[in-house]
Amino acid sequence: MEISPFVIFFASIFTSNILLTNFLGMYSYLSISRDLKSSLGLGQAVIFVMTVTSVLNYLVYQYILVPYNLDYLRFIVFIIVIAAFVQLVEMVLERFMPNLYYTLGIFLPLITVNCAILGVALFLVIREYNLLQSLAYGAGGGIGWTLAILALAGIRQKVDETKVPKGLQGAGFAMIVTGIIALAFIGFSGILSIQ
Amino acid sequence: MKSQYREIAKQTLWTDNPVIRQILGICSALAVTNLVSNTLVMGIGVSLVTAFSSLTVSALRKIMPNRVRMMVQTLIIAFYVILVDIILRAFFPDMSRALGPYVGLIITNCIIMGRCEAFAQTNKPLISFYDGFMSGLGYTLVLATIAIVRELMGFGTILGIQILGEWWTPWTVMVMAPSAFFVLAIIIWVANSITDKKLHAAGKPVNKGVQASGN
Repeated sequence: MEISPFVIFFASIFTSNILLTNFLGMYSYLSISRDLKSSLGLGQAVIFVMTVTSVLNYLVYQYILVPYNLDYLRFIVFIIVIAAFVQLVEMVLERFMPNLYYTLGIFLPLITVNCAILGVALFLVIREYNLLQSLAYGAGGGIGWTLAILALAGIRQKVDETKVPKGLQGAGFAMIVTGIIALAFIGFSGILSIQ
Repeated sequence: MKSQYREIAKQTLWTDNPVIRQILGICSALAVTNLVSNTLVMGIGVSLVTAFSSLTVSALRKIMPNRVRMMVQTLIIAFYVILVDIILRAFFPDMSRALGPYVGLIITNCIIMGRCEAFAQTNKPLISFYDGFMSGLGYTLVLATIAIVRELMGFGTILGIQILGEWWTPWTVMVMAPSAFFVLAIIIWVANSITDKKLHAAGKPVNKGVQASGN
């Protein structure tokens, strides 16, 4: 059964949001979401890197790892592809687009260790997506992640001015807000599904 | 010597527990906690990978050039994760399918890198191994707690054994993603409150943290 790339794109934003249903990329999600502006910066960087690396990893997997029976090396190879690509983007941006580099640059190193990027690559392999489906899943996953972090950052900025029980401050509170956002996103689940 | 081991155990399991105190490694912590059995396998995997990565990093600490350190550590961790994955696929294929991509995602689990950087880099191999293993155990402990709550309320079972009788109406929400956030938040809350109370009893000032002080 072939799932249309459009379905995958929208499903990965709303119904199978990479952060709210697969819990990937939680670490930078919790630490950066204190401020709306840097959340947006990180989100843009994630969308870009995730879209490109999902295609790159798909190509590497299909045309290098599978023909040579190196399937078991995929964890190492995916991590190296992601790290190399992030490094490359950093150098290109610094050289040719210094303005963009100053807004996005600080977020790029964070992305190498963002498990959402590696997670997307691993899901592609397990779900046996083709090239277009991988592209759609990468782009949708990035947008979905950004949507979630923006929602949390917006709420956190408001909550900063209120009193939260002492033991719950910081991460605990962010968790509960995320849980409620995730519940809200379940409302979309009747629309489409890729599972 | 002995007291050092006891100190590490106390820190990793409670006072500096990687999940509830340092909020590390929660990506996988939340995803695999719908069933207790998944959680235990994941916990054993993470403990072993952390222990052996710490051992290797510590053994190589004198000859490893500082500049390539991160890259080498990542490769060492990836090597052990691949071993775990292959063993799972060979002997427990059902479990491997249930955990899906989360076995591979052990690589980006910050606990492992954190222990390599913070402890193994400056300590002897044997104690690094112990430290890594105990950190993994601290992670497993919190995960198992979440999983027991979720499986018991979601299915009425623990490890697949029926605990709650027919009268129990399973909470569908406990099977779904949001409950993982709620349960972990509550565990963090309880843990923080207990420490606060202890500090109060000892007469020490309670850590104010980032408490918002309205004018």
